[in-house]
Amino acid sequence: MRHFTYTRPGSLEEAVREAAEPGAAVLAGGTTLVDLMRLEVARPRRLVDLGGLRELRHFDTSGPVLRFGALAPMADVAEDPVLRDSYPALALSLRLAASQQIRNAATLGGNVLQRTRCGYFRDGVSPCNKRAPGSGCAALDGVNRDHAVLGGSDSCVAVYPGDWGVALAAFDTTVELLSPQGRRTLPFTALHRQPGQRPDQETVLRPGEVITSLSVRATPAGRHSTYLKVRDRASFAFAVASAAVALELEGDRVLDARVALGGVATRPWRSPEAEAELVGHRIDPDRARRAGEAAFAEARPLRQNAVKLRLGPRTVARAVLVAAGNAVEQRRAQQDAAAQPTAPAPERETRQNRRNPR
Amino acid sequence: MDTPDASRSADALRPSDDPHPAPAQDPTAPGPRAARPEAETAAPGPDGPAALPVRLTVNGEPHELSVDPRTTLLDLLRERLGLTGTKVGCNQGTCGACTVHLDGRRVLSCLTLAVTVSDREVGTVEGLAADGELHPVQRAFVEHDALQCGYCTPGQIMSAVACIQEGHAGSDEEIREYLSGNLCRCSAYPNIVTAVRAVAEER
Repeated sequence: MRHFTYTRPGSLEEAVREAAEPGAAVLAGGTTLVDLMRLEVARPRRLVDLGGLRELRHFDTSGPVLRFGALAPMADVAEDPVLRDSYPALALSLRLAASQQIRNAATLGGNVLQRTRCGYFRDGVSPCNKRAPGSGCAALDGVNRDHAVLGGSDSCVAVYPGDWGVALAAFDTTVELLSPQGRRTLPFTALHRQPGQRPDQETVLRPGEVITSLSVRATPAGRHSTYLKVRDRASFAFAVASAAVALELEGDRVLDARVALGGVATRPWRSPEAEAELVGHRIDPDRARRAGEAAFAEARPLRQNAVKLRLGPRTVARAVLVAAGNAVEQRRAQQDAAAQPTAPAPERETRQNRRNPR
Repeated sequence: MDTPDASRSADALRPSDDPHPAPAQDPTAPGPRAARPEAETAAPGPDGPAALPVRLTVNGEPHELSVDPRTTLLDLLRERLGLTGTKVGCNQGTCGACTVHLDGRRVLSCLTLAVTVSDREVGTVEGLAADGELHPVQRAFVEHDALQCGYCTPGQIMSAVACIQEGHAGSDEEIREYLSGNLCRCSAYPNIVTAVRAVAEER
């Protein structure tokens, strides 16, 4: 780890002033940053620890706007009864992320800024435009089974690794920011950039700007929501593909639909294409399948990750059915089982694909 | 010097009055609750920023040290306080061997900078046993043979103690999910789950 100076400001104003200094990085839970500093992928000269700012730890899910302080621990928010009952997509995205030890330390604001797990970014030596702008991208022709099929460029195909950010993208979420220039508020979906030619610029945050809170507008769609995460092992793994789906239903018809994807894209990925396939329709397996396919209509596979073009749509379709309530899916599954006893379930098929991608 | 095998499993299961006192636990030092400076001083590199003071409580014992800001809590515990029960595994947050309690919550000490835990309470595996009696989770690990090489065991036990306290040990499935941050290369998982369930059911 490189040398750095450490400060623990007592006020938010002081923190953003220090964070705007050249070479400064902001420390929240540290579960990404300390790791990257040890790998010397992150080399801050100053570390500004927000740990003293207790006011950023609060969260309140009781009002018409759910408010989450940037330093609320992931583990605490995952257990919030309102989220568990009325916003399962948000609660699940936290509970299915990382491990309890990490969720105890990691914060909601830090988590949305989690850096990619791309091995070439993390190894500190390979060509990587995100880590060393202009050096190239080793993943384009390298080991890229885990990389993005949506939102990539010829400079970078690194996946946004988070879960919570994907779930937030499926709701009306705003992010409140503070910098030495003052406060501003952005729609959450405007926070992350696509890599384009500047994959080193991952967000629109200005120098010294920190996330102070995240706000989600309360919605009945929360109850008909889910976060489905498909992984290489049952727990404590990043998504190979994930989907956050929230539906506002009138009877069995969809009034409004929100679909966001994880594990497959370069940023938290909202899919208007999938949403358009759902709005105004009754949800059944065929409709869910169409939504999944629409979400990946523009996807571009790399040499090793074509599996995501099969896994991704099925993840979306399954999440749509879960969000709509399992009744339709179960009825259909029983019919399928009667008609075609050997038909594999989608996730089982996925595992086979992984071993034998073609 | 312990043999490697003995030290690995013994660290996890060692009562607090073990005859291997860590330097910081010298019984001749001033009163048990009095903070005292460590004899050893930090030695940040010649070009590095100055060492910073850290005051923390480890297993109920207050300590005041001066550390290079790069020092992790894991290194502080092992290298400065001689508490080698907490293990270095992957050193990047993926294995759980370094799990400790921070203000009663389980965290990874390899991803925690020591300077950030000033004025906080740290609990390690050395602090679990009381009055020479193993903690119920330690006893259950012995009874249910929940280890082979033992290297992951201190982390498993610290994680399991917290898991039960959190109320996340209600079923085998829940135990597996909430202990998923602790890897065991010997794959003693079935016996670990049995041990944790046994303690959870006693409560």
